[in-house]
Amino acid sequence: MAKTLMYGNSAIGEAAIRAGCQCYFGYPITPQNELTEYMAANLGRRKGCAFIQAESEIAAINMVFGASVAGARAMTSSSSPGISLKQEGISYLAACELPAVIVNMSRGGPGLGSISASQSDYFQATRGGGHGDYRTIVLAPSSVQELADLTHRAFDLSEKYRIPVLILGDGMLGQMMEPIEFKHEAPEELSVRSDAMRGAKGRPSKIIKTFTSNPADLERINWSLYRRYGLIKKEETSFDTFLVDDAELVVVAFGIAARIARGAIKTVRDMGLKVGMLRPITLWPFPTEEVRGLTNRINQFLTFEMNMGQMLEDVQLAVAGEAEVSFYGRPGGVIPTPSEVARVLTRLYYQKGLK
Amino acid sequence: MKKVYTRPRLLKKAVFHYCPGCGHSIVHRLIAEVIDEMKLGERAIGIPPPGCSVFAYNYLDVDMAESAHGRGAAVATGLKRAYPEAVVFTYQGDGDLAAIGTAETIHAANRGEKITAIFINNAVYGMTGGQMAPTTIENQTTTTTPYGRDAVIEGYPIRMSEIVAMVKGAAYVERVAVNSPANIRKTKRAIRKAFQTQLDGLGFALVEVLSPCPTNWKMTPLESWQWVDKVMTGEFPLGVIKDVAGGKDAA
Amino acid sequence: MQGRIEIQQEICKGCELCISFCPKNVIYVSDRLNAGGYLPAVFNDNGECTGCAVCALVCPEVAIEVYRG
Repeated sequence: MAKTLMYGNSAIGEAAIRAGCQCYFGYPITPQNELTEYMAANLGRRKGCAFIQAESEIAAINMVFGASVAGARAMTSSSSPGISLKQEGISYLAACELPAVIVNMSRGGPGLGSISASQSDYFQATRGGGHGDYRTIVLAPSSVQELADLTHRAFDLSEKYRIPVLILGDGMLGQMMEPIEFKHEAPEELSVRSDAMRGAKGRPSKIIKTFTSNPADLERINWSLYRRYGLIKKEETSFDTFLVDDAELVVVAFGIAARIARGAIKTVRDMGLKVGMLRPITLWPFPTEEVRGLTNRINQFLTFEMNMGQMLEDVQLAVAGEAEVSFYGRPGGVIPTPSEVARVLTRLYYQKGLK
Repeated sequence: MKKVYTRPRLLKKAVFHYCPGCGHSIVHRLIAEVIDEMKLGERAIGIPPPGCSVFAYNYLDVDMAESAHGRGAAVATGLKRAYPEAVVFTYQGDGDLAAIGTAETIHAANRGEKITAIFINNAVYGMTGGQMAPTTIENQTTTTTPYGRDAVIEGYPIRMSEIVAMVKGAAYVERVAVNSPANIRKTKRAIRKAFQTQLDGLGFALVEVLSPCPTNWKMTPLESWQWVDKVMTGEFPLGVIKDVAGGKDAA
Repeated sequence: MQGRIEIQQEICKGCELCISFCPKNVIYVSDRLNAGGYLPAVFNDNGECTGCAVCALVCPEVAIEVYRG
């Protein structure tokens, strides 16, 4: 298939349609409006599909819930403050084991924040965000191609494990234009999930609920989810590495920060510094085992993210005291430059006495 | 002699957990009767709310999917848009539909979503122990208006049906009550009409049911049924508020 | 028209609405508690019942079946 030039936000939309997305419900918020508009232009007119610009992000996530109940591949998108609004809905989706894809093109926060790219929703994405003991798979793309690939993967993972999947992008990825190749065609027929609720025809009536007056029942459900989350950790953890084999210092970064770090690493490598990078692609499940494995040989890690230190905690947990973890972050929507990060890497490298 | 009245087929044999004299039990029964008579049992999907009627799925023998508080109209929207052949109805209390769910209700109506909303108005928040509802009457005592609802501080009872009727996408809006044999029969007819509105693809249908809550009103069942007439209908007049099929527009 | 009703005493919650609305006064309150702790409604089969079914219509518990003929 030929490559085409596309904005990140639009690429998500096109990938979703090609993944068989049937319903999109969203609400305008910068910096992801191109996605909502793409779906308005391209999804709504497809046979059997529905696009609604909902009255709020809360309404949108609940429409996704309804569509997922009916067995449809459903999706919503927003940016940080709007994702805050969706947290209750995501908790309900997780409780009912309903698939759904939620896209967060993060911006600076907290509060109304800034419209510039940031990575300050890592905690919100990976630590639930909503109430209750649940997890969502979190995918962190770092290029327009990956936005498309991971969108497709999100729908499949969501349905395979009956779990909401969050795509944690950011405002920069959404607004970038890069060449992209779509690896799938849009399906001719929309799929209907086998456990769809479409009326009690030829079977007893079903109930989809999250409430129980018996805590023992709820405990059973929670442990069942826990086992599923264990399976996902085993099967679906994914990451990328860059020049770690001979590295003395390993950067851990995700998303757009990993793009910036890559440029910085190339610069310092030219100077003879042996720096590499581990890039988590699934933020949940976090590649804990891989990071821990690296501590056998590597004593210095730098967590680099565009926030005041969130993924840092997962790196520290994974390292478990076996190596030193430093941190460099820029919150608020400030975009660090590769040369700035190169300076940080150089300073750290020599300060730690690395050769 | 032949049997002229028996338990509706689509009402499961469970004993209602509702209080003696509660309106929920009546409305559940009417919904079960209407769905069965209209032969919609295999297409119906109900969306119960948090509240006393969260357990509606223990009684109504159709597919049911719980919604988050207030979001029934949005869940119904997603469901109906994903699978238009379903006959989707929400069952919501006064907090659910007229407080936390105000936006979702009005906008679903505004979009003319082809869904049926059954709105149980008992002027109080029942399940949580009797707090003020948006529909609580002026001077009515509740646990959060212990000195009586004061309009200056707490605002006025909200006439949700009239508000919904004003949006163009609302096709049928009627207010009924379940506090007497005549009113119960009218409620059943209204519910039937609200489902028919969906089948005819006319738009959003809302039936507001004034419903007694003896426990939280601190009355006997009979007193509560009488209070609906004596007080509630003064604030919430019964009748058809909008009926596009019948040519009646909102006032 | 002759009528007869059957009240499921054990699910009756003693709300007495059937008694209030019965036009023939053929229902009364029992003096024995049921398993639910309520004093249920009892049918007085004295031949006055017409099977109008108003009792069943107002019964919240669907505890009443009505026969007519």
